[in-house]
Amino acid sequence: MSLTIGVPREIYAGEKRVAAVPEVVEKLLKLGFAVRVESGAGAAANFSDESYQAAGAQIAGSAAELMGGSDIIFRVRAPAPEEIALMQPGSTLISFIWPAQNPQLMQQLADRKLTVLAIDSLPRQLSRAQKMDALTSMASISGYRAVIEAANAFGRFFNGQVTAAGKIPPAKVFIAGAGVAGLAAIGTAANLGAIVRANDTRAEVADQVVSLGGEFVKVDYEEEGSGGGGYAKVMSEGFQQAQREMYARQAKDADIIITTALIPGKPAPKLITAEMVKSMKPGSVIVDMAGEQGGNCELTVPGEAVVRHGVTIIGYTDLVSRLAKQASTLYSTNLLRVTEELCKTKDGILNVNMDDDAIRGLTVIKAGSITWPPPAPKLPAVPAQAKPAATPATPARKSGHGHGAGEPASARSLAIIFGAGALLFWLVGAFAPASFLAHFTVFILACFIGYMVVWNVTPALHTPLMSVTNAISSIIAIGALVQVAPPLLAGTEGRPDTLILGLAIVALTLTAVNMFGGFAVTRRMLAMFRK
Amino acid sequence: MTANIATMAYIAAIILFILSLGGLSNPESSRRGNLYGIVGMAIAVLATVFGPRVTLGGIPYIVGALVVGGSIGLYAARKVQMTQMPELVALMHSLVGLAACLVGYASYVDTSIVLTGAEKAIHEVEIYIGILIGAVTFSGSVIAFGKLNGKIGGKPMLLPGRHWLNLAGLLGVIFFGVQFLNAPDINAGMMPLVVMTVIALLFGIHMVMAIGGADMPVVVSMLNSYSGWAAAATGFMLSNDLLIVTGALVGSSGAILSYIMCRAMNRNFISVIAGGFGTGGGSAPAAAGSGAQPAGEVTAISAVETAELLRNSKSVIIVPGYGMAVAQAQHTVYEITKFLREQGVNVRFGIHPVAGRMPGHMNVLLAEAKVPYDIVFEMDELNDDFPSTDVSMVIGANDIVNPAAEEDPTSPIAGMPVLQVWKAKTSIVMKRSMASGYAGVDNPLFYKENNRMLFGDAKKMLDEVLVALKS
Repeated sequence: MSLTIGVPREIYAGEKRVAAVPEVVEKLLKLGFAVRVESGAGAAANFSDESYQAAGAQIAGSAAELMGGSDIIFRVRAPAPEEIALMQPGSTLISFIWPAQNPQLMQQLADRKLTVLAIDSLPRQLSRAQKMDALTSMASISGYRAVIEAANAFGRFFNGQVTAAGKIPPAKVFIAGAGVAGLAAIGTAANLGAIVRANDTRAEVADQVVSLGGEFVKVDYEEEGSGGGGYAKVMSEGFQQAQREMYARQAKDADIIITTALIPGKPAPKLITAEMVKSMKPGSVIVDMAGEQGGNCELTVPGEAVVRHGVTIIGYTDLVSRLAKQASTLYSTNLLRVTEELCKTKDGILNVNMDDDAIRGLTVIKAGSITWPPPAPKLPAVPAQAKPAATPATPARKSGHGHGAGEPASARSLAIIFGAGALLFWLVGAFAPASFLAHFTVFILACFIGYMVVWNVTPALHTPLMSVTNAISSIIAIGALVQVAPPLLAGTEGRPDTLILGLAIVALTLTAVNMFGGFAVTRRMLAMFRK
Repeated sequence: MTANIATMAYIAAIILFILSLGGLSNPESSRRGNLYGIVGMAIAVLATVFGPRVTLGGIPYIVGALVVGGSIGLYAARKVQMTQMPELVALMHSLVGLAACLVGYASYVDTSIVLTGAEKAIHEVEIYIGILIGAVTFSGSVIAFGKLNGKIGGKPMLLPGRHWLNLAGLLGVIFFGVQFLNAPDINAGMMPLVVMTVIALLFGIHMVMAIGGADMPVVVSMLNSYSGWAAAATGFMLSNDLLIVTGALVGSSGAILSYIMCRAMNRNFISVIAGGFGTGGGSAPAAAGSGAQPAGEVTAISAVETAELLRNSKSVIIVPGYGMAVAQAQHTVYEITKFLREQGVNVRFGIHPVAGRMPGHMNVLLAEAKVPYDIVFEMDELNDDFPSTDVSMVIGANDIVNPAAEEDPTSPIAGMPVLQVWKAKTSIVMKRSMASGYAGVDNPLFYKENNRMLFGDAKKMLDEVLVALKS
């Protein structure tokens, strides 16, 4: 028996997103589910009831009717208490929950004997989880929208131009926090032509900032700010002091500041003081994306755009909803990916497999019992696993260019090698005649020269190296040459001259092929290597 | 020319040979390096011909042999295609091996060399070893040649109890060696010598037959090494230092190459030679991909979409593999590279040490297609740049870009250094089908979220990409 997915209308004030768009509805049907959508659920995001019907969904007249007949509920915002009461006990809810901040909500959901998957609790470190990562997709939308809002409030062009009516300097945008939202903002602002600078306490994001066309501004203070899970941590007092000075400098220079600094479970850090706002040029814009957590700017009014000291401070908390259609499409695709993970058999039945790392992290309530937070050892194990897997590659890297013979051998194997060498040398010294020893000396030294010389050969030329050494090895022709017609000494009657001559000539011909062919082909190859 | 002058000429030749190898340390000096080699060889040959060991009567034969052999060699060098370089090199190794054998036999039957006691024993050991190495090189190279040009299947041929067979062969060689040394005269010694030669030939065949297609870089460089040792052994036999030094140079060069190749596959030299790794038939995706597949979806992409992705990127890394050589796609790759570079896209090439069938194979192919060598990089120079790369394009390669080598400690290729193409924003893998690579290991790269598969013959698909790019 296949299950029914219900998509209610979001009732949270200002929420325009919908948890499933018609395109995704079609794909859910293909997975074997039935889909019911509350009338008007997609209206705010420009998806009509007709388009849902055309995609194969049934339309339910009211929330009560929808929830009563659905086994799985897709939502954007966590349900209100009256909505929880409408849900069927034993059904499944997939939504943003924020279990850490909403213990009360968690209790209500558990009391209703629901299974709840909190899309915000996804273990984001798993690369497999990226396709389900709604936090990322939503953050990148809000980063984009933040720049658009700033451009809207800003009285000038973003890009510099030289026009007949005069020269226009490019706008300078400073972005505090280079997380997903910050990076999206950097890319968007850079594409509009602005000069973009960005800062983050995590030094490792500098490359990402540069790759999107931004410039990374360092804080003159040494401290690593990565707090695990891709989030920042609270920094030391000395660092914060240096950071404030840097922000003060940027505030004086920048036309637009976009702040995205969040620390999980804590109020947003106050990065932009009233003093800094005062120091900004009139007409400048601050977009504070941390408005919901209190804001990164002291003067932010969450949810509103205000003008203070001639600077427009935008503290909208619904940036994502302001791009409702795009946000709904991405969010519902994330949910679709989650559903695919839950329903690998494609038969319309959910299987909440708690052995799967991603699903285990998502599931905050399983059939009425709270399973959040997930067992601690499991998540840190992920980055820990990655490390040892990467280490075997490192020793190889050291000598990969072909210079040097790699790391020294262990003392024991070295001792064995020296022991064997000593024995061998003693044997040779004890039994071999003097003439042999002279040749042997030459031989050993030549091996070492070859060893030294060849390590310097660049790997790109390994094929020419082989063909030239091959050509050189036709030096064996000398051996054949001296056998062709040696000056005969006395007492050599009975030498099978003809046989030796024949063998020598065949050998000489073979090596000649090698000699001429080898050098010629090497020459041909080397001629091709050019800048 | 006196013996002393001939010896000095030999020393000059030795110096030139060393300079020749030294010249290969970078492409600028490499052409001169090759010239040094030619001059060194010319000096060595002339000094010998006009030296005290050759009388006038032999010169017509020598000239005749050099002209016949030389013309064949030059003709082959002119005609060979760059994709066939591994075959040519293998074939040439076999010639050196065979020549070493013949010189060894000729030396043995030569009664003009009169030695006694320990010197005689040493001389005979030298002959014995020279012929042994020569014969192994010869038959091994012929089989390698056959495998490389497809006349013999790339599959490792594993006889039951093959290690025992090899051991029996070795014991046989030692046994007949003792017989040979104790033989009272040449005729009596000939029998054990011939038997040993046959054993050595069989051993060479058996050894290379047991090695799979993608281990070929190791085999080719190992045979290169053997041909050097064969020359060195001949040098001992004839008491000729020039041969000894040159042979040692070549021998150690090949040995180092083998070592580098083994390390690039994170494998032990012994285990490569012992053979029988994996069951796939070469890295050409002819083998059926079986076994458990990693979870996830494969996302296909069309040539037009590929062109779109490439056009919209700022930096591209192309990772070629044996598939590019098979499809002869290097010229189209260069056309695409040229077009993108004109558009200001930073296009670079990442070469894995064991990509292709012999060391440096990919570099030669790209050079043939006129790709400038300063945008062709080694794995280690480039691996850290993937995260800041927009598109990484894998052309006919599989195991060398397999993330399982780093991520899955149980994978058969675990620990092998690989190009981290999956760290680029998007990776595109060009492949004929979903079959697994030579190692028979499924490739989780194909199932990565940011990976796209472009199915089809590399040449054909790249031509389509080029057309789409230009339109």
